[in-house]
Amino acid sequence: MTEEIRAESYVGFDSITQQIEHKLLKRGFQFNVILVGQTGLGKSTLINTIFASHLVDSKGRFTSDEPVRQTTEIQAVSHVIVENGVKLRLNIVDTPGYGDQVNNENCWDPIVKYIKDQHSAYLRKELTAMRDRYIQDTRIHCCLYFINPTGHSLRPIDVIVMKKLSEVVNVVPVIAKSDSLTPDERESFKEKIREELVYHNIRLYPFDTDEDDQEEVAVNEAIRAKVPFAIVGSDTSVIIDGKSVRGRKNRWGVVNVENKEHCEFMDLRDFLTRTHLQDLIETTAQIHYEAFRSKQLLALKEGVNQRPAQ
Amino acid sequence: MTVQDSSSPSARAPITRKKIHGHVGFSNLPNQIRRKSVKDGFQLTVMVVGESGLGKSTMINTLFDSPIYAPREPLHPAADRPKTIAIESTQAVIEENGVRLRLTVVDTPGFGDFVNNAPSCNPILENIEQRFDAYLSQEHRVRRANLVDTRIHACIYFIQPTGHALKQIDIEFMRHLHHRVNLIPVIAKADTMNDDEIADFKERILSDLEFNGIQIFQAPMYEDDDEESLAEADEIARAIPFAVVGATQRVRTRDGRKVRGRAYPWGVVEVDNPAHCDFGKLRQMLVRTNLEDLREYTNEVLFERWRTEKLLAMGYTQDASVFAEFDPAERLQEDRIVHEAKLAKLEASMKEVFREKVEIQERKLKQSEVELYGRHKEIKDQLNKQWEELVKKKAQLEGAMSSPDASRKKTFRG
Repeated sequence: MTEEIRAESYVGFDSITQQIEHKLLKRGFQFNVILVGQTGLGKSTLINTIFASHLVDSKGRFTSDEPVRQTTEIQAVSHVIVENGVKLRLNIVDTPGYGDQVNNENCWDPIVKYIKDQHSAYLRKELTAMRDRYIQDTRIHCCLYFINPTGHSLRPIDVIVMKKLSEVVNVVPVIAKSDSLTPDERESFKEKIREELVYHNIRLYPFDTDEDDQEEVAVNEAIRAKVPFAIVGSDTSVIIDGKSVRGRKNRWGVVNVENKEHCEFMDLRDFLTRTHLQDLIETTAQIHYEAFRSKQLLALKEGVNQRPAQ
Repeated sequence: MTVQDSSSPSARAPITRKKIHGHVGFSNLPNQIRRKSVKDGFQLTVMVVGESGLGKSTMINTLFDSPIYAPREPLHPAADRPKTIAIESTQAVIEENGVRLRLTVVDTPGFGDFVNNAPSCNPILENIEQRFDAYLSQEHRVRRANLVDTRIHACIYFIQPTGHALKQIDIEFMRHLHHRVNLIPVIAKADTMNDDEIADFKERILSDLEFNGIQIFQAPMYEDDDEESLAEADEIARAIPFAVVGATQRVRTRDGRKVRGRAYPWGVVEVDNPAHCDFGKLRQMLVRTNLEDLREYTNEVLFERWRTEKLLAMGYTQDASVFAEFDPAERLQEDRIVHEAKLAKLEASMKEVFREKVEIQERKLKQSEVELYGRHKEIKDQLNKQWEELVKKKAQLEGAMSSPDASRKKTFRG
């Protein structure tokens, strides 16, 4: 253990944080998120609600003569949002057609392939002789998996896909359209889901590593207690007590998206943007990307070794 | 061919309306029927189809306000999950005001829950057709005293409230089954959408149904009903597909009433309130108004269609003569004519046979004649030849006798 020395007078290197901040502010941040879930679960609406702006359009089938998509498509949109001088480049990847057919076997393949392709592209850029000073990061930092609010349990397809995805990306499951569940139903549903996730050994974000200190472990525990987040999204605003909030108005009441008793949207938003944004990006680089990279390089080495042996 | 006799009594006599002077009493017939049917009780078989978690069991319990389905125990993650769709039947007898209803609910757990749902339609279609088959073979029995009707009278299809349009699995299922069963589509868990979303969604569903040629159950309108019933029936018809919410528990609303509903932190959804959801309309259509219509349509249209297809496939041909009206005198006449025709035919054929036989005999005789003549000629020729030979010999001998000396010496030598 190296000894910590206290300087005798103020040196001034504590301004390094500000120097970094200044640099980072100029560069801006990049956040890539992928939305996975059946059509009609409110994926596009949720993203619009989280970032409080109209970023994506719903990709549902609205007319009879429009054909049903036969495969999962990957559609990415890019936006830049600025808040207090901080520039965030947001890449939102939607997956219309997932889980929509009668036979959904292998409908998750295009998604897994897309995620791996992003890792692959980054690796290639890293390995070239002449590299960019700052490689554009298209790797997916977070996958929001939308669960149907049946109130019973996970479906077979949910289990299979979450397992496959958790091996390549940070998966954050959410219960979509949770305004169809009463608080009791919501709690029992979440319990059931957590039980199933543990049983099937699905590793969800946040991961515990050995280097975490007490505080971080506690925070992770708190998050894990809330996952999956039961959310409600809304593009429209309603007036409650004179304030304009995002919500949904029915004949029997108004669902306030920002009310913690109504749904857990605020928890999800804070988790994604206010507390764990940087951690998601870092985990993608340090855990998922590294795993992918080592597998690829080992395979490359095997290929090189095999050729002289032939 | 039948001969249409214009003087026969069954030539369409005009139906005259007679006025009765006095009370006969047959206006009591509906009451007699009512008494009898109340005694027998009614039967209703309903099938519920939809992905799990759409509230099917809750809806059935809510419709009949009885715990027909017990709440399902959640499966442990390690438990074996079934690999195919199952067809389960639950029976209940409910009584209200002395009227007994024998209700059978056919559930289809597993529909839409697998990764590959393509084989899910077939077991359901097979089950429906099996029930038709069972009824058909009962009809063919020698003694048909107690017919048990297990045919599905209505199929309630639960649509997921996506807010977009029908899903592929919805369209596929309804397309395969709409010609065998009365389809009643409902939007499940409709408390997740507000009025505008529901209206848009219903429109898109109807448009999808039309585009794919899917027929859903239309309640028949009777013209001689009173205005109020007609208006009600019209309102119900326009609300299809029904946006329903199911709830069996009673909760307290903000203004203190105890109603069947769901209590959310932001308000209480009342199941029986027509402003909140279409549950009342579904119940009206299914139980109060059109239960008999459903059964009738199943029996008269769907079952008959199945029966016709099946019998034609088995090789029966349509015998149109059974539709002719039955009049004994005419029938006798027809029979006589048919009989005479038969006799004439028989006669003609016998004549034919006779002629043929005669021909054959003639030919034979001719042949033997020719033969005999031939033989006769032969023998005659032979005889002629012999006669000529004898004449020649005679001539020789006479010549030899006229020169005896010359020949004596010669003859006595030896």
